[in-house]
Amino acid sequence: MNNSSILNSKIFKPLLISALFLLFCVKPTLSFSQEKAAEASEKPFDPKEVVFEHIGDSHSWPVSIPFMEEHFVSLPIILYTDKGLEIFSSEKLGFHHEEGHEAPIYKGEHYSYKLENKKILAVNEAGEVIKDAKIYDFSITRNVISMWMGMIVLLIVFFSITSAYKKRAGKAPKGLQALLEPVILFVRDDVAIPNIGVKYAKYMPLLLTIFFFILINNLLGLVPFFPGGFNLTGNIAVTMVLSAIVLIVVNFSGNKYYWKHIFAPGIPLWLYPIMVPVEIIGILSKPFALMIRLFANITAGHIIVLSLISLIFIFKTAWMATVSVPFVVFMDCIELLVAFLQAFIFTMLTSLFIGMAVEEHHH
Amino acid sequence: MELVTPNLGLVVWTTVSFAILLFLLGKFAWKPILGALNDRERFIEDSLSKAEAAKDEMARLTNENESLLKQARAERDHILSDARKVKEQMIVDAKELAHKEGARMIELARVEINNQKSIAMADVKNQVATLSLQIAEKVLRKQFEDHQKQDELVSQLLKEVKL
Repeated sequence: MNNSSILNSKIFKPLLISALFLLFCVKPTLSFSQEKAAEASEKPFDPKEVVFEHIGDSHSWPVSIPFMEEHFVSLPIILYTDKGLEIFSSEKLGFHHEEGHEAPIYKGEHYSYKLENKKILAVNEAGEVIKDAKIYDFSITRNVISMWMGMIVLLIVFFSITSAYKKRAGKAPKGLQALLEPVILFVRDDVAIPNIGVKYAKYMPLLLTIFFFILINNLLGLVPFFPGGFNLTGNIAVTMVLSAIVLIVVNFSGNKYYWKHIFAPGIPLWLYPIMVPVEIIGILSKPFALMIRLFANITAGHIIVLSLISLIFIFKTAWMATVSVPFVVFMDCIELLVAFLQAFIFTMLTSLFIGMAVEEHHH
Repeated sequence: MELVTPNLGLVVWTTVSFAILLFLLGKFAWKPILGALNDRERFIEDSLSKAEAAKDEMARLTNENESLLKQARAERDHILSDARKVKEQMIVDAKELAHKEGARMIELARVEINNQKSIAMADVKNQVATLSLQIAEKVLRKQFEDHQKQDELVSQLLKEVKL
């Protein structure tokens, strides 16, 4: 009773928000300082390493909760080798072993494995790399976990909204439903319909899924602690899959006008050897641009934020925080915009490409 | 370079996860949500067009009422003027009839009076005759009671008679 009145009080809410905001800003500083304390005696602070550690993928999951020591959760490693499947915990490879120490070698069923530069290599007893061993790494990495968390958030949110739509059929939206309905309508009315036209309905599930998948992962990427702190949409593999899906959908939707435009455009014959290859490159370059745009935007944002935070440790003074923290806050605001913008642009261009492929009267 | 090299494992997991997400959301979220949105939009559109139709109907009814009212008013005026005409006609007729009847009755009365008068005159004549005779008889009787007088009369009469 008393608690709830405190929680509901008008003073508490802004306080809570500002406290969270402070955590948001302070957290990286904390974890960095711990990291730094451990490393300080051994080697100088290397911002590049810190930044790339965050930007890239890894076989361990640093679960960072504000004001608590960072924990590393070991993740399953799944290897498909030329001799068969191997599944073991990433703990066995010493994913957070001390720098300078030799990485432990795990002896699996088919090969022995060693982690080197985040890559799993097959080694022999002596620790030498076996060159001709084929290993395909299908491990559940940090990014896979983050993707699943984003998916769980999406599923919970949209299933609850669906039930709201079913319960309140024909009534005005309310709560979360009212928050997201304009976004869904925006994707439908301002993205899909103007670009695709009458055939938009078939592509709505794909467009909405792409939009919200990118958006939620962009937003989770901005949260520096659990459940965020990843760089999923800034990972080239993820953006590649998304744009590959776009490539497939666009070309499978292409009607005769679309293909005619590519293989038999109404131009003089001698231009064909130039135009047809250009058009074929165009098929690939459009999704390729999508892939690079999303990847570069998100990664760049993360790099800037981490670099600004790293300034504190480069200058080795907490006073630097008075400069870099406001800049980080500013960058986070811009990143918030970018999170929405990139989700929108990706969806927008996808529907534009689909629209070009299904357009009826070409020229 | 590592940054722009897609990791095979992540590619596979992203593909699988995205496909599952697309399937689950497509089937259990987007379809009902978009359906509900469409339904609601159609409902709103329907309601609006119905309201428009009701407004038109209302206007039509008002117009109809007005024209009916006008018609009724005209009819009332017509009926009233007819009634007035009929009344006047009736008065004229009645007057004429009364006049005629009066004349007829006066005529009848006159005839009756004449009849009665002639009857009475006849009666009076009879009475007068009877009375005259009776008087004459009485007078004669008185005259002839005395012979002398009779003789005188005869002689007088004879004298008067001139041959």
